Amino acid sequence: MSDLLKATGLTKHYEVRKGMFGAPDVVKALNGVSFSLEPAKTLAVVGESGCGKSTLARLVTMIEEPTEGELIIDGRPAKAGDKHLRQTVQIVFQNPYGSLNPRQKVGAILEEPLKVNLPDDAKTRRKKAEAMMERVGLRPEHYDRYPHMFSGGQRQRIAIARALMLNPKILVLDEPVSALDLSIQAQVLNLLIDLQQEFGLAYMFISHDLSVVKHIADDVMVMYLGRSIEKGSGDHVFDDPRHPYTQALMSATPIADPNQRRQRVKLEGELPSPLNIPSGCAFHPRCPIAEPFCSQEKPELREVAGRLVACHLA
Amino acid sequence: MSLLEIRNLSVTFDTASGPFRAVDGVDVSVDAREILSIVGESGSGKSVSMLALMGLLPDTATVTADMMRFDGRDLLTMTKRQKRSVIGRDIAMIFQEPMSSLNPCFTVEFQISEMLRRHTDLDRSARRKRAIELMEAVGIPSPEKRLGTFPHQLSGGMSQRVMIAMATSCRPKLLIADEPTTALDVTIQAQILDLLKDLCADNDMALVLITHDMGVVAQMADRVQVQYAGQKVEEQQVRPLFADPHHPYTAALLSALPERATARGHLPSIRGVVPGQFDRPPGCLFEPRCSFAVESCRRGAERQGPDLGYALCNRPLINGVPADERVADAQVKA
Repeated sequence: MSDLLKATGLTKHYEVRKGMFGAPDVVKALNGVSFSLEPAKTLAVVGESGCGKSTLARLVTMIEEPTEGELIIDGRPAKAGDKHLRQTVQIVFQNPYGSLNPRQKVGAILEEPLKVNLPDDAKTRRKKAEAMMERVGLRPEHYDRYPHMFSGGQRQRIAIARALMLNPKILVLDEPVSALDLSIQAQVLNLLIDLQQEFGLAYMFISHDLSVVKHIADDVMVMYLGRSIEKGSGDHVFDDPRHPYTQALMSATPIADPNQRRQRVKLEGELPSPLNIPSGCAFHPRCPIAEPFCSQEKPELREVAGRLVACHLA
Repeated sequence: MSLLEIRNLSVTFDTASGPFRAVDGVDVSVDAREILSIVGESGSGKSVSMLALMGLLPDTATVTADMMRFDGRDLLTMTKRQKRSVIGRDIAMIFQEPMSSLNPCFTVEFQISEMLRRHTDLDRSARRKRAIELMEAVGIPSPEKRLGTFPHQLSGGMSQRVMIAMATSCRPKLLIADEPTTALDVTIQAQILDLLKDLCADNDMALVLITHDMGVVAQMADRVQVQYAGQKVEEQQVRPLFADPHHPYTAALLSALPERATARGHLPSIRGVVPGQFDRPPGCLFEPRCSFAVESCRRGAERQGPDLGYALCNRPLINGVPADERVADAQVKA
């Protein structure tokens, strides 16, 4: 099956200045990440804050260009100005309170992507907007309302509808349900599952909530300090994590079952700054099983038990 | 006797569009050394009820209660001055966003020893010693060096540790933690939860843990109180609550958890949204979203006894089936 999106060695470095006269420093947000997206499949990107998952979203949506690496979307190399590709990849942000313009009515929000990208007249635009509203579970009378009149879950529906207006093939979902209450979270997840089946969308699902990821993902990529450290099918990674960081992440996630208060793989310390990434394996200062040579040699992704793991000891 | 006992607590806010009752007749009791978890979605009044206890609500709020006792003392009849010696010292609170709860203008040492200055008669050097001790206890590495740091130099996890050090500085009997880990990453969340649990055990401290995360509840709580739209709808020990929830809302909430789903695909979701200020149903507040609701639910809901988790429901569930249906089934079979 041909891949809808193929990323090879994506790297993004930002330069920051320390004060007015200080030497510039480099934030290594992303260091050589490769993955691909297939139609009607979900790739979940998992990691803590600062691991580069949002930077990855910005590269895939062509908001920013990678420092290095190649990004092929729908058979074409990604370039910032490519209108066709802009229509192919759309994004839904985490916070539906911040991602909708409070001064625009729902109708205007949904029609704006059409106005910018397609030659449709006002009547067609309205028709398309109404059809999409119905599809995501909004009522026709909502067309003339402002975002503040909606609850969080409904706003996220508006954001999803807006992302789908141009019939994209790839949808980047940046923590789409983490700002929502539990009962609403299930509604939105169900909607996303339905839409994926109906439109054959490829999802890049960025999340830190492993229980949500486990439910929705076909493939999982675990990231740590700008590198992917474990990548494979959801079943493999969740049932038998091989990288010590993935194991720690899994055991740190509380399980909703009081009979299973488990012993955790305890992680000491916190995520190091991406300004100053540890040598060798970036995880070695916090790793419970690290050996001396882990601080010297950088592990590459290699196949272990049906998935890729970047660890010398896996 | 319970350490904290609150009966029939109500909080009403005066808003521009009329009064809004955020907390509606809630009872809370906490025993010494117990971990009570209050769970609910946004708007369930879980934070507001605890803020009311701490006296941290704005002037627009009217707080009423039939009883508010802490450690044998009546908080309702106390003067403000007397209350100040209890709040902060014997009852302490930590908040959701550690970054914004610390004062950015003062050092960590100043903020921790402020508590000690206010509530103890330690001198300056003793306060400093105690501050270092506290920072060590909450797992801040090299505390002597960190004394002079400002909040912006700390990560989220470290700020929350400083908050916990401040809150536990006077060895409180009760700590109220309002979503203490919501803003933190999972590995840091696990560290903070472990820390809170250890502190409770070491200091004989009771903990009220306000959260919306059922996973955190399952890992931490001894007893759980579920709130919905300002009312307490169920209260049980943690194991029976997860095994056999009696209120339909609790049951629906638990089955909406992705990890409880048996297969991929659709999750059982709760239709509709939490009622707001203007669309409060006349009877049971959960009735419009409840899949077991009957005619009588539109008039009101009855409080059940302890064997049914004090569920505020006319048709409490037993093993997922409404109690009255079970009786009817049994009669048919007989």
